[in-house]
Amino acid sequence: MELKRTVKFEADRDPEFARWVSHTVGGERIRHCLQCGLCSGKCPLSLYMDYTPRRLMHLSREGFKEEVLGSTSIWLCTACYACMVECPKKINVTHLLYALKERAIEEGRYPRRFAIPVMARQFSRMVRGRGRITESWLVLQVFMRTAIWRLLGMSRLGLKLLRAGRLPLRRETIQRQAEIATMLDSVATTRKELAL
Amino acid sequence: MRYAYYPGCSLRGTGRAYEESLVAVFRALSVEIEEIDDWNCCGATTYMSVDELTSYALAARNLALAERDHTDIIAPCAACYLVLNKTQHYMREYPSIHLVVTRALGAIGLTYKGRVKVRHPLDILLNDVGVEAIAAKVKVPLNGLKVAPYYGCQIVRPYATFDDQRDPTSMDRLLSACGAKIVRYPLKTRCCGGSQKGTLPEVGLDLIHYLLMEAQKNGAEVISTVCPLCQFNLESFQKEAGDRHHPTSIPVLYFSQLLALALGAAPDSIGLQRGFVPIEPVLAGREITYA
Repeated sequence: MELKRTVKFEADRDPEFARWVSHTVGGERIRHCLQCGLCSGKCPLSLYMDYTPRRLMHLSREGFKEEVLGSTSIWLCTACYACMVECPKKINVTHLLYALKERAIEEGRYPRRFAIPVMARQFSRMVRGRGRITESWLVLQVFMRTAIWRLLGMSRLGLKLLRAGRLPLRRETIQRQAEIATMLDSVATTRKELAL
Repeated sequence: MRYAYYPGCSLRGTGRAYEESLVAVFRALSVEIEEIDDWNCCGATTYMSVDELTSYALAARNLALAERDHTDIIAPCAACYLVLNKTQHYMREYPSIHLVVTRALGAIGLTYKGRVKVRHPLDILLNDVGVEAIAAKVKVPLNGLKVAPYYGCQIVRPYATFDDQRDPTSMDRLLSACGAKIVRYPLKTRCCGGSQKGTLPEVGLDLIHYLLMEAQKNGAEVISTVCPLCQFNLESFQKEAGDRHHPTSIPVLYFSQLLALALGAAPDSIGLQRGFVPIEPVLAGREITYA
């Protein structure tokens, strides 16, 4: 039997994380949160989450970094914006969830072979290299790196899509593809300069 | 009426029927579209979660290209529509984002002054063309075909100004003008799970199933969508979702396919044959005799 303290102590907080949350894009208004719970009520995924959006808002602004970045909620969010539209205090809940997800990926806080960060990485590589996404290749790359056995189960759907002309295998590439890499490098430089 | 057309990656793949039918609708209504020269991926929701700043720069390249031609953008895909609009908003609201994006564009010889409007086909059809003009051109009335109008999330939330965020009706009005009967569909803006079916399948299947069940329960003969991912999810995983819950069998079409059909387009020119749940029996049942 594993026993754990269920009440959080002041010392569990990470004030630096709380500061980051309230200064990140989307988190600016988090101090205004009333804890009314409309976000959780509207969220179609909240019934699968360990911390519902309302609780996540509170934990984030108080600096409970471990709980927040380790929660299932940041991966379950589909960015449907239902919470943001309802928020009476106009807090950018969805945008904050994006920022939290980005931070969790940066810090490598996810299970091995977890599909969401893998897809995000493959997606950005394809955009950098070719400027556009070819769905067939993206899906293939993600499954190869996460759950290769599931490809088998997907093959019927793949064939159906191919037959319907909905899964072109030729990779889409833009003409001036060097422009994309130039832009991405410029973003990286400016980011460093301004410490964003 | 002339617009810069931004298809986005999905309309060249799983969502081909969306592009085919939209082009047919615009042609029938004399709306001129010109594809943005050498457009690139908008970054979609996926890029946002790895590197938000970069995703604004990616989206802005398309805005800048359209601005050069002095035209507004038509963005049919829900994710593209949202990302392009979000980039506009954020460039205005955050000076730091504005600076990063302006420099990135400058590096490839582009500028963006913020003059382009990003618009959805529903908006163009409703506000620039008009319901009356569309109704006047209907050749094949939809004879009371029962449609569940499914908007999904990212078209109306959070930036659209052309429709209500909780109870949108633009698609309802367009399809009614073509003779369809709109069934009550309270889940019309509830999320289909997006890419969740691929990444967290159990959850994705549940979300897909609720939407299908609700449409079936309310007597819909077809679900009408405005997003390539919604269409793909609701159509492709009906059997899987049905095995987990209750079986459903309901065709899922793009709103533009229904419009194009009513405006007299041939079914194979608007991708009707690309669907997985056949629509033909439903159309025959309603005695809709298309070209």
